[in-house]
Amino acid sequence: MASTTQAAPETRTGVKLPVLEREKLILNGRSYHWITERICGVVENKQPLLWWLLFIPSAIIAAIGVGGGLFHLVSTGVGVWGNTNRVMWGWPIVNFVFWIGIGHAGTLISAILFLTRQNWRTSINRAAEAMTIFAVMCAGIFPAFHVGRVWFAWFLAPVPNANAIWQNFKSPLLWDVFAVSTYFTVSLIFWFLGMVPDLATIRDRCKPGLRKILYGIFSLGWRGGNRQWSHYEMAYLLLAALSTPLVLSVHSVVSFDFATSVVPGWHTTIFPPYFVAGAIFGGFAMVLTIMVPARFVYGLQDLITMKHIDNMAKIILLTGTIVGYAYLMELFVAFYSGAIYEMDAFKFRIAGPYWWAYAAMMSCNVLSPQVFWFKACRENLWVVMIVAMCVNVGMWFERFVIIVTTLARMWLPGDWKTFSPSAQDQMLFVGTIGLFLTLFMLFLRFLPCINIAEVKWTKLEADPHFDDKEHHPDHGVAIEPAYQKELAEAKS
Amino acid sequence: MSTTRKRVYGYLAEFKSASALYKAAEKIRDAGFRKWDCYSPYPIHGLDGAMGLKRSILPWFVFFGGMTGTATAFTLAYSTQVVIYPTVVQAKPANIFTIPAFFPVMFELTILFSGFTVLFGLLALIQLPRLNHPLFASKQFHRATDDGFFIAIEARDSKFSPNATRELLAEIGGANIELVEEED
Repeated sequence: MASTTQAAPETRTGVKLPVLEREKLILNGRSYHWITERICGVVENKQPLLWWLLFIPSAIIAAIGVGGGLFHLVSTGVGVWGNTNRVMWGWPIVNFVFWIGIGHAGTLISAILFLTRQNWRTSINRAAEAMTIFAVMCAGIFPAFHVGRVWFAWFLAPVPNANAIWQNFKSPLLWDVFAVSTYFTVSLIFWFLGMVPDLATIRDRCKPGLRKILYGIFSLGWRGGNRQWSHYEMAYLLLAALSTPLVLSVHSVVSFDFATSVVPGWHTTIFPPYFVAGAIFGGFAMVLTIMVPARFVYGLQDLITMKHIDNMAKIILLTGTIVGYAYLMELFVAFYSGAIYEMDAFKFRIAGPYWWAYAAMMSCNVLSPQVFWFKACRENLWVVMIVAMCVNVGMWFERFVIIVTTLARMWLPGDWKTFSPSAQDQMLFVGTIGLFLTLFMLFLRFLPCINIAEVKWTKLEADPHFDDKEHHPDHGVAIEPAYQKELAEAKS
Repeated sequence: MSTTRKRVYGYLAEFKSASALYKAAEKIRDAGFRKWDCYSPYPIHGLDGAMGLKRSILPWFVFFGGMTGTATAFTLAYSTQVVIYPTVVQAKPANIFTIPAFFPVMFELTILFSGFTVLFGLLALIQLPRLNHPLFASKQFHRATDDGFFIAIEARDSKFSPNATRELLAEIGGANIELVEEED
């Protein structure tokens, strides 16, 4: 909602374009110290009751679901899962793709929006990156245990083994091992490096003691000298440039698991972009699901403004529409190809016994975000939260539709099965939700949840030429339009 | 009775804003100092130029780190798939023309090695981690990570002089000028 203030003064080099007023990213002109106080306060003050109300049940669910679920699985055998011959991927891979997709918004915000100079990312990138890390951790559980005998999971790594067999580098499943582990590692480096100056901020506020020592160790002795910032900014830029193709590659490689197989409904070239758009879509919904409540609980409204929420809602609308286009294009291509197996696969998805999953996917992912065309809906946090929850559910169903309904009806009618998840399947999935929330709550408790240094950097007076009217006449226009008028008059 | 000897680290002066720091940095650069630094809670745009710093050489490290990753992945894939254990899967040949199937892993390892090079290259360039630093003895320096803008000129700079440097810092707008000492 930038609006034209007035034309910038004419200078010797010719007429300048009108200067647009920037929407403020930090409201109420908060000072540097206020920003430090407010964000560090989240870590330093006692946690609100809501934190405990979320943390304790999440931790219990995680312990029972993931801890107990995996113990039961390993001690009994993978037969406790509902996977059957044909629907061999079942819930575990549905959940894997769901969680890995959630992570993508974090990298999008931290890398792609950084490269495109979208300064509004600074208020939300830290939490979104944390979400990436935790989502990938949840995702990793499923394929690791889905291999069956988890103590042989090291066979995934290309190291010499007793059978003298090497991994098949032509297989998308091996590409996936490399893509997901690289994604996790690079995201962790990005997250940690981004946090170093803020950990130093917390360290400098601690009283001497164990806390100060621990924050001191993790902040690496950061001093904030420009000889450090100079290299640091370059490192950050490089990591953003590396993560951008990485994030696009990860979900593309995940989609290769499907697209390179010769299975009707999977063997399509649209899968990589469709999966990437879907991942960003689902990831942003999860960012909103978490940040909208956190913003209230910790009083961060001046830092995570309605502008941020508005932007995220627009990205959800955009990517949701891309996903909707992909769904329709899949149907069209199935029809246009004239291939009966392809057509039948989609008929089965829409009108087969799993029609409800397809309907849930379509209504949650394609229809629900359409309300974001209206500004009133983007500004109403209840609507935003409901849509975000719908998208979370819808994206899970998308993976269910792709995996389960396809595997349940493959080439041979004799193989046809209907799949239903076992109690252990459900327990483990709910457990990972608990694990994700537990880790996120711990993150809020111990680490700076907003990028303190970068948020300060978005303030107008953070620019060293902010008050340098001689050399930079267009600086500070947003708050001092009167000066501009004077200058224009003086010139004419 | 204290027997600790103290060694002078240098002068620390506070400046009131980013733009004051920027202007002061230009003057110290022009005065010919070499061992000094500006401290701020966030990276200040253009301060590298005002301090006379060159562009970071980190990208070069990362380029070679990334190339090592590409080469590692290719060697790993080629040697295992073509040389040691050739297998024909999905009718894909086991020779050099299999290379398109190796691209995803080559790409991922390029990124992975680059990522590690960024991390360790950065730590080498900024000489971290370290457990302590003389500046941490200052009573006001903790504000450099909050809302303070500082310049520190080290005593080991050849242009450093106990009186003239102090006067210079005062002249260019430095406040709370402090002599920072480290324990020997």
